Amino acid sequence: MSSLDSSFGVRRAATPQAPAAAKRVRRPISDGQHRIGTRAHVALSWIAPLLLLAVWEGLARNGWIEPQVLPAPSKVVATAWKLGLHGTLLRDLGTSLLRAAAGFAIGGGIGFALGTLVGFSRLAEALIDRSVQMIRAIPFLALLPLVIVWFGVGEGQKIFLVSLGVAFPVYINTTLGIRQVDPKLLELGRVRGLSTALLIRRIVLPGALPSILTGVRYALATAWLALVVAETIGAQAGLGFLAMDAREFLRTDVIVLTIVIYALIGVLADSLARLLERRLLAWHPNYGAGR
Amino acid sequence: MSALHVPNADPAVTVTGLRRAYGRRVVIDALDLRIERGEFVALLGESGCGKTTLLRALAGLDPIQAGRIDAPGKPAVVFQEPRLLPWDSLWRNVSLGLPEHGAREAAAAALAEVGLGNRLDDWPRTLSGGQAQRVALARALVQEPELLLLDEPFAALDALTRIRMHGLVKELVARHRPGVLLVTHDVEEAIRLADRILVMRDGAIAAEHLPETAADPQRFRALLLAELGVQGSAAA
Repeated sequence: MSSLDSSFGVRRAATPQAPAAAKRVRRPISDGQHRIGTRAHVALSWIAPLLLLAVWEGLARNGWIEPQVLPAPSKVVATAWKLGLHGTLLRDLGTSLLRAAAGFAIGGGIGFALGTLVGFSRLAEALIDRSVQMIRAIPFLALLPLVIVWFGVGEGQKIFLVSLGVAFPVYINTTLGIRQVDPKLLELGRVRGLSTALLIRRIVLPGALPSILTGVRYALATAWLALVVAETIGAQAGLGFLAMDAREFLRTDVIVLTIVIYALIGVLADSLARLLERRLLAWHPNYGAGR
Repeated sequence: MSALHVPNADPAVTVTGLRRAYGRRVVIDALDLRIERGEFVALLGESGCGKTTLLRALAGLDPIQAGRIDAPGKPAVVFQEPRLLPWDSLWRNVSLGLPEHGAREAAAAALAEVGLGNRLDDWPRTLSGGQAQRVALARALVQEPELLLLDEPFAALDALTRIRMHGLVKELVARHRPGVLLVTHDVEEAIRLADRILVMRDGAIAAEHLPETAADPQRFRALLLAELGVQGSAAA
């Protein structure tokens, strides 16, 4: 069994594009004399951010911070409420989410398809991998001017940029995941007389799934980043448009609002990916929520 | 070795003139072997003598360079590690490669035989080493193989678990009656389980014994150890 476990350990460690697998270890913190319980620790960790918010609110209300520089948090909330009722906020949010989803589907699909091909076939690796790695060396946001020349500033430009950001992490982690499937299990599959299709379905893909999902999680973050950049440059709708439009009129409350929404959606997407991991990898000691 | 055969029996596998080489290095040459259905054969040898190579050739995992392997059905293999798919429940593991229809029932029956009939839907990671190896055994037997290949399946288990596994394997083999080839370096294990013991050296079968006919177990053990190149332990 240890060979299985260690192979997964290697996978986690060797995933180049994986964000540091920050496993939250919650244990009482000891400073020598006092021990703080888990609950108290969580409560305590919220004090600083809340305090910061309160100070910000106080400073803004008393005019210490100009509203054009940074509006009070309460003002941002009020703006959210107003824009939400007004209807444009939801429409812009919807536009942005749709772009992200389309780009994610296209880029993820291409990354997964190429990754699978290269993971399985040495020939495909020889033909494809070097080119992909070379393109990957370019920070994809550096392509923005070129992309604008190709697509203008319409939907194509945004979806292309998101796809580009998504395709690489999915590609790399899919290839890696397939490569790291335990050869002893593949041998078992052969002894059992599995067809190639069954071998892929029962052994290769499930074995590669932890790595693939790591890629998906990373890709979600990249997709969002790509969208923010793409939308900030010439958009007629979407959250980025909302922010740039607000800039024209020095509406910092709207700008801050869009920033907060971007952050919230990022957090939401990450939790969604985590949920997916817990569901699909229930068998895995590092992810499973237990039985 | 034909002297020890039961004539006109029902062979689970017949090997003639087997040759297996890695590049230029010949590991097995001109090897003949016949295992009857229901016969339990142990293959003893030091590490590197070619015994695992022989098993892998019989399993169809490695190509052979010369000779013939005639086996009526697909052999089943139990490896040194359980090799369970960690993402599949126990019954899915046991039924791997079986037709979908009736797979769960067949797996349930096989798991019940190894004493794990109440754990069909558990994950492999919840098992102890001995339990995992029992699942591997169930997975092999669910195929109803004519030939069962055991590649040091008890080597990684603790002493007590190993003794229990010996009993279980003996019982299961008596019930299902496949031909068995057990690769091991454990002389005690070979004596306890096998109808016939082969000693392999330098890619050939160097000696053949029937433990039942051994008059003096102590001397038989010493003889086997000597054939394996272990000297001076005869007194032990």
